[in-house]
Amino acid sequence: MNSRGLNILGLVLVGAIGLAFLVLTPRLAELDTVLDLTVYMIMAVLALSLALIWGFGGILCFGQSAFFGLGAYTYAIAMFNVGESTLPFVLAIILPAAFAALLGYFMFYGRISDVYLGVITLTVTLILFNSVNSTAGPEFHIGAARLGGFNGIPGIPPLNWPFNKAAAIDLEGMFYLATGSLLATYFGLRLLLASQFGRIIVGIRENERRAELLGYDPRAYKLATFTIGGALAGFAGCLFANWGNFVSPTIFGLAQSAQIIIWVIVGGRGTLIGPVIGCIGIQWLSAALGANQPSGGSDLWSKIFANAPLILGVILIAFVLLVPKGLVPALGDIGSSLLRRRRAREKRGFEPQQAE
Amino acid sequence: MDLVALLAIQVLYAVASLALISVGLAIIFGMMRVINLAHGEFLMLGGYAAIVATSHGISIWIAMLVVAPIVVGLIGIIVERAIIRFLYGRMIDTMLATWGLSLFLVGLTTAIFGNTTVGISAPLGSIQIGAYRTSAYTLFVIAIAIVVLAAIFAVMRWTRLGLIARGTMQNADMAAALGVNPPRVYAITFGIGAALSGLAGAVLAPVSGVFPTIGVAYVAKSFITVIGGGAAILSGTVSASALFGTINQIATFVTTPVFGEVALLAAAIVLIRLLPQGITGRFFRRGL
Repeated sequence: MNSRGLNILGLVLVGAIGLAFLVLTPRLAELDTVLDLTVYMIMAVLALSLALIWGFGGILCFGQSAFFGLGAYTYAIAMFNVGESTLPFVLAIILPAAFAALLGYFMFYGRISDVYLGVITLTVTLILFNSVNSTAGPEFHIGAARLGGFNGIPGIPPLNWPFNKAAAIDLEGMFYLATGSLLATYFGLRLLLASQFGRIIVGIRENERRAELLGYDPRAYKLATFTIGGALAGFAGCLFANWGNFVSPTIFGLAQSAQIIIWVIVGGRGTLIGPVIGCIGIQWLSAALGANQPSGGSDLWSKIFANAPLILGVILIAFVLLVPKGLVPALGDIGSSLLRRRRAREKRGFEPQQAE
Repeated sequence: MDLVALLAIQVLYAVASLALISVGLAIIFGMMRVINLAHGEFLMLGGYAAIVATSHGISIWIAMLVVAPIVVGLIGIIVERAIIRFLYGRMIDTMLATWGLSLFLVGLTTAIFGNTTVGISAPLGSIQIGAYRTSAYTLFVIAIAIVVLAAIFAVMRWTRLGLIARGTMQNADMAAALGVNPPRVYAITFGIGAALSGLAGAVLAPVSGVFPTIGVAYVAKSFITVIGGGAAILSGTVSASALFGTINQIATFVTTPVFGEVALLAAAIVLIRLLPQGITGRFFRRGL
């Protein structure tokens, strides 16, 4: 089978599994499982936003959580002021995108190197964390919404059907929305990457100077990619604020930023399905570690195994040192080398017959 | 007048603490082109080292100025040998691996010390400036920053170690051809950078207390300072600290500490847009 055939087979497979998951889960699983799965789906959208800008755009963004958090906070603040979710929903996508565009302008048009880019994006999210964290007093409010500082904003009203305040979304509806969004994002990004724009951003990732000499402006393309990534992350943030009806500054924190990076690293840069798998796998692992916390766990070992940052740190170091490409590309390499070896063997078996 | 003097001390303190928390990172970045994302955790470990040592009856001065740098310096050398040396030339992977290290260290200290703030009270009482009182410890931090920077200058400028370090920094292959062992220089450099971070963390521990995630409070500022300063270690750190510390402190004085941090960040992003190579990419190019 040629690579085009494999590609189509992959797409059909992802679509079929996704649809089956979307339709069957609420029928088969308990409500609390559905609730857990919903947040996995939302985070997978976030993972895809970084998969686009880092894996395909080659932009080393360490602060994707800045846009995620901005989306969540924008939705929450707008919702308390407007009371009807159409405008807050749109703002939660536009504002992070605009922030990404502004930040991206300074970074890409300043032509700073990858490493500085990573540090600046990380710094931005940390400053957001520190700033929002220290807004606990009642004097910090935007319109009717109190920022709440480290306590966060509780009781965020859920999304409703556009322009119909009475039709608010329920828990099951949230699952459908999150899973549907993930599928739409995945296929939308596949489409985007298959378009001319997608080819160009991958070309820029591969060799920026060459793309520039061919007449493309890498700065503009990178800025566009970064802005799309920011919008997607903001969208995920809006869903996240809906899922828990709660946001707190930890959404901007170092641990959250690191998680997004780890999902993409573990799953594999340069693929879309990899980060989704990485995201769901790592979240499941974190949840399992947290749940296994022994009740009388006072000795050091049980504390270590129930300690998500510690385990995530080890996973990140191990992947960078041992599997830098990530799981999906590494498995792909193993698969294609096996295939090549088999073909070579078949060929060897075939040639003497031909010579007969 | 007294208010001006007080404000001047506050600005100096902001500059000094910024220089102190950044210089370890600047040495590692300037010499090895490695961005150590676990920098904040090195500071945090310095604080814990000082606190554990004092609670075992060691004098607070020895704990801060001797024990903390040695402990964190050794940890730095271990980290360089175990992780960093496999990743030279892969700058982005180094950042990711040190980020993993940062999470690991936060997790480990949480498991050992618990998620609570421990503190040591600042020694040295307070001093009177006209109608105002300020902590004498503030002046001590300023003095420490000056001593550390002067010591780095002296070592880099006048000793054989400094000569070898500068040579390796400029051209590692040439230095190797002349009989220097670059891996050893890198290990020592990383250790010294870590030791200075440990010292800074310990010196600032009485001001801020220590808890496992305190690194977050430091890293953003120190990264901005190092990137704003550019490649030259000393002149970069000093000039960027002076600029950002002043902006931060004045904005804090006029408004709130939160806005001070935001002003610091905004200044840094504009600076990077104007001088992508940092301050020393354009000015003081021949500085150390």
